[in-house]
Amino acid sequence: MTRTLYARPASLKPTAMHYCAGCGHGIVHRIIAELLDELSLREKTVGVAPVGCAVLAYDYLNCDISEAAHGRAPAVATGIKRADSDKFVFSYQGDGDLASIGTAEIVHAANRGENVSFIFINNAIYGMTMGQMAPTTLPGQKTATTPCGRDTRLDGHPLRVCELLATLDGAYYLERTTVTSPAAVRKTKSAIRKAFQAQLDGKGFTLIEVLSPCPNRWGMSPVDALRFVDEEMTRYFPLGVCKECKE
Amino acid sequence: MRLVKITAEYCKGCGLCVWACPKGSLGLSKELNPLGIHPVQFKQGAECTGCRNCAAMCPEAAIEIYEVNDDG
Amino acid sequence: MGERTLMNANEALAEAAIRAGCRHYYGYPITPQNDMIGYMAKRMREVGGVFIQSESELAAINMVFGTAAAGKRAMTSSSSPGISLMQEGISYLAGCELPALIVNVQRGGPGLGNVAPGQADYFQATRGGGHGDYRTIVIAPHTLQEGLDLVAPAFDLADKYRMPVIYLLDGQLAQMLELAELPPFSQEPDQEKPWALTGCRGRDPNMIRSLLLDPDVMEDLNLRLNAKYQAICSTEKRWEETETADAEVLTVAYGTAARLCKEAVKLGRRQGLKLGLLRPITLWPFPEEALKKAAQGCKGVLAVELSHGQMFEDVKLSVNGGPPVYFYGRAGGNLPLVSRILGLSRAMAEGKPVPERTISD
Repeated sequence: MTRTLYARPASLKPTAMHYCAGCGHGIVHRIIAELLDELSLREKTVGVAPVGCAVLAYDYLNCDISEAAHGRAPAVATGIKRADSDKFVFSYQGDGDLASIGTAEIVHAANRGENVSFIFINNAIYGMTMGQMAPTTLPGQKTATTPCGRDTRLDGHPLRVCELLATLDGAYYLERTTVTSPAAVRKTKSAIRKAFQAQLDGKGFTLIEVLSPCPNRWGMSPVDALRFVDEEMTRYFPLGVCKECKE
Repeated sequence: MRLVKITAEYCKGCGLCVWACPKGSLGLSKELNPLGIHPVQFKQGAECTGCRNCAAMCPEAAIEIYEVNDDG
Repeated sequence: MGERTLMNANEALAEAAIRAGCRHYYGYPITPQNDMIGYMAKRMREVGGVFIQSESELAAINMVFGTAAAGKRAMTSSSSPGISLMQEGISYLAGCELPALIVNVQRGGPGLGNVAPGQADYFQATRGGGHGDYRTIVIAPHTLQEGLDLVAPAFDLADKYRMPVIYLLDGQLAQMLELAELPPFSQEPDQEKPWALTGCRGRDPNMIRSLLLDPDVMEDLNLRLNAKYQAICSTEKRWEETETADAEVLTVAYGTAARLCKEAVKLGRRQGLKLGLLRPITLWPFPEEALKKAAQGCKGVLAVELSHGQMFEDVKLSVNGGPPVYFYGRAGGNLPLVSRILGLSRAMAEGKPVPERTISD
């Protein structure tokens, strides 16, 4: 007799993913897929993919899914959810998509309290376009457009999305997590599960910000990248629940 | 006994599972997969506690873990 | 006989869209179409539809994209600068082959411009104003009644061909009060949209995407779009001819400019001037064959626009090799004068020299 302790989720297509070795996108895609399986959501889910490294998310997640123009995923997700509120809608974005070009869209989706689950992958850099500064890049961090390190006098400060959105009455649940250890991965899954359940309960806007390793663009090994998240990123992006509504 | 099945063609050799395994039971193999990478393998004779840490870390969902009872 | 009503055109057109079965409207305020968004805010809620005043035109067109991807009729409205913002979204709608209706109430430009009427978004509308090789069907009514009658067909065309359709008005037409008969209520037709994102129960998951990294695959999409556009060009051209059979001078105009030309035709005929008008109703596909035919035997063709000459180029291309083509127009929100249309036409009929383009009075 065989008992399954862990199997590849059915909500992931049986294909290799293009992400770099040790990339956080793969871990979070896997978590989302596990939850779609566990909550039996796959057949009523419509996802929205970003522009960025995860632009091909529709090739990996085994549900109905739409692309969106850069930054516009919250507006596209709004259009999908408002077309049929019975559908389970999630939106998946990176730091350029959500916190740079898409800042207005995420703020207003939160402000309207759109009943959609938003996943925000924060790796403090623009991966796909070859490693430029992101709004969330750390002070002193060297990138393709901050070759001498981010100078806050010229390039501004890292943008804390969860804290920003927490000021909005329309935001129901906001949490920041990491995927830097099995325990952290399980905590992220628990956070995303809460966000998904909140949508199923009709509670409104939820966003889980995942501090994610980008070994390739950071110029580190995958294991060292986990350390960078834990030791450096969390100094600017505190972990934990940023906003939780009770009712 | 626990069986750790790794889909070698998905593995990118990131090493996160190797790092996460509390028993040090995973390591990169000598073979190459179609990506030109040494995929991870479960070391022969090594122990699996069924903690699933490896599967939790794997960005490729390349690891599956089964418990096989000897009686069938 | 349906309901005859005296309504602001913006509001009446919104009502027509609702009667055509549209239950999703997303828009951002901009003059001169604010009456439309205001009407939708009230009326969409009355019929149990969805109204969102979005944070920007960027968001509005992307909300339309989402609802269209989910298989439902969706529309937005804006005016020139806002339509510029929507070009990215329109390109995505075209690339993903999604149906949508976009109303542009043209105003003076370029830049922030003014809120007086204009027709200077013709290029933007008919050339695929965003990036990439695509077209949108462009419908340009000239009266409120025609505007109301063409709304449901516009949605039908968008669904039939899976593409965005632009409804091109101007600030004069959209803000007038005119007597018109409202169309009857109809449901959004129950049609199969096997490509829509409705949840993948019982089928493989659907994807709505326009990122095609393999050039061969990208080319295939473009070939497919091209075939669609060819089919549209063969079957969907619409135009109206007024007194063209024996016309010595043919005016070509759409929208508000066409109303001025109709007046000129009437007055001119009374004065013995054989003036005619060919009025394109679809600006894309442009009725080039009909125009070429109508221009045969004319002494000259006069394109009239509320701009410095955009449709003028399509008129020249269509008439190619036929009579000489001239242009008269005003920019900035000023209207061309009927007296000037008559004066230029008379000069053309009498063989007198006429500048190729007249852009002032």
